[in-house]
Amino acid sequence: MLDLRQYPSLGAALRDALEHWPNETCLIEADRDREKTRLTYSDFKELARPLTRALQDADFREGDRAAIIMSNQSKWLVSAYAIFFCGGVLVPLDFKLTPTEHLQLLAHSKSKFLIIEYYLWRAIMQSPDFKKHTVKTVLVTEAPLRADLGGAYRWEDFHRKGEPIFIERQREDVACIVYSSGTGGRPKGCVLTHENYLEQCTSLTAWYPFWPGMRYLSILPTNHAIDFMVGFIGSFVCGACVVHLRTLRPEYVRDAFVRYRISYMSLVPMVLKNLERGLRAKFDELPHSKRFTLDRMIALNRLLTRRRPNVNLSRRLLGQVHKAFGGQLLALFTGGAFMEPSTLQFFYDLGIPVANGYGLTEAGTALTLNDFKPFRADTVGRPLPGVELRVLSPDSEGIGEVAVHSKTVMSHYLDDPELTAETIVDGWLLTGDLGRFDFTGHLQLFGRKKNMIVTEGGKNIYPEDIENVFEGLPVKEYCVFAANYLWSAKQLGKEALVLVLHLEQNQQLDAALLEDLNSRNRHLPDFKRIGGYLLWNRDFPRTASLKIKRNRLAEEIAKSAEPAAVVSL
Amino acid sequence: MPTEEKTLDEIMDLAARHFKVSREKLQPDEDFFKTLNIDSLQALDLLTRLENHFHVELPDYELQGVTDFRTLAERIHARL
Repeated sequence: MLDLRQYPSLGAALRDALEHWPNETCLIEADRDREKTRLTYSDFKELARPLTRALQDADFREGDRAAIIMSNQSKWLVSAYAIFFCGGVLVPLDFKLTPTEHLQLLAHSKSKFLIIEYYLWRAIMQSPDFKKHTVKTVLVTEAPLRADLGGAYRWEDFHRKGEPIFIERQREDVACIVYSSGTGGRPKGCVLTHENYLEQCTSLTAWYPFWPGMRYLSILPTNHAIDFMVGFIGSFVCGACVVHLRTLRPEYVRDAFVRYRISYMSLVPMVLKNLERGLRAKFDELPHSKRFTLDRMIALNRLLTRRRPNVNLSRRLLGQVHKAFGGQLLALFTGGAFMEPSTLQFFYDLGIPVANGYGLTEAGTALTLNDFKPFRADTVGRPLPGVELRVLSPDSEGIGEVAVHSKTVMSHYLDDPELTAETIVDGWLLTGDLGRFDFTGHLQLFGRKKNMIVTEGGKNIYPEDIENVFEGLPVKEYCVFAANYLWSAKQLGKEALVLVLHLEQNQQLDAALLEDLNSRNRHLPDFKRIGGYLLWNRDFPRTASLKIKRNRLAEEIAKSAEPAAVVSL
Repeated sequence: MPTEEKTLDEIMDLAARHFKVSREKLQPDEDFFKTLNIDSLQALDLLTRLENHFHVELPDYELQGVTDFRTLAERIHARL
């Protein structure tokens, strides 16, 4: 891989990567079983050149911000490369947000350029707030012929001849603004520097090096910190190949493992559980004798790999299983959300280790990762090289808030010095997560101190962000909390949101109100929905400016109500 | 071409069969994630079944933001 210590910026490292492995394949893009694109590093450079030049001719300058809203595809990476080449700041936005949320974040990030997939742009154009957008230039990919683009350009036609000029950036300069959440309430734009990314990439590749010819399957959204690092920066600086799949359908994901002989993939718990479900169903269909043999082989593999994985041995013992995964799979990466230890163990026993890690957008990609020395399903691994972790004010069980000091920690929250000062104290980032180290130096997580949940799909949900959906609800007042924030269960998993309702005097929760609640809840994306409601009969504590004092209210609820009082919706 | 109502009926029939849920439990405007007790990957699986049934290709994004059968039927009907 490239020696990243010598590079001042992502743009410089990526530019050299394209020169270093001109004939290696860097990108494959498949849609279902159809291969749409296959690019070498040299092809990638040729594709990016006219776009980069056109951006510069359109007055995209160093420090300017450009947002990308696209599902995983080659144009995402080509566009990001062009932005870094021009010395720009990339704003990767989650393509699953609503048009209103996209417009809010475009405004908050002050993005001057936007590169977006057609169907998402069409949705934004239909939004009532569309005319308020302040993006100067919009490039739309894959737009049908004669489609109305509302003044945007076609990405495919946005080309200029001539050599673009590489704009150098320094390590302390801003590389990306990544929103950890906060679409409805207080946007949290994590400002990450080139140093943050280069350091993160160095530490990750120290434990999990990639190499030319190796293939990484990219199904997590590229805007997600993990896929951006592993499925773009990390792969490119190692000369590896990224395989993009335009669908998340389990049958095509399984097929891609085999067709592209994948070595690594990152995924969220939901996808891993789906794979587990599929495998278990297949195992259950086996005739008794074959199932007996399989179970014995799994037990033997477990015994022989208890100290560390031995992929070659596992492939011999469990050939059919490994064949179904393409025969080249070395490990799966996961992090960000709670993963059932039993699921991790299921895959490990098959000889498919899942490197479970822990990280947050504010600190780059990953802070800890399982190194399989030995495998520990009950932890999120050890701190990566260069990452210092502390447990603050541990209780009698050694559990306290996890704080991190590392060169991967963000510079600040965009335009929010107050939140930055609350979050980064004396150079230590307060994660808001509760954890403790065991005697082997592995980190175990026990829930959150902060009022948020992380879904099985890896999404951070802040209760404040979804309260606007209940605006106008005919009750005296309401507030949304993470259940674990109200009643700390000191555990992850089964995270849910609770709507606390304070009804008017003599008001009853009748069928009409319940239907109203359900209807509003249905308007939220499935991963943002509240799980239940709690009736509360006291006035919410409020500040002088009438904002709800959430901490106080949460304390009062925790003291006076039991989790059993929450009624499921 | 079938009417949108017929498309809706066929979708609910197929969903009930596929996820082994009583057809009577399913309503056009209800949240199908909840009534079928499925996650978003299982919903994508349903989309594949619907593609095969209606002989039409439905990109994953057609399911984005859709939570009820009626909206799903509208999206599919537009592609028939």
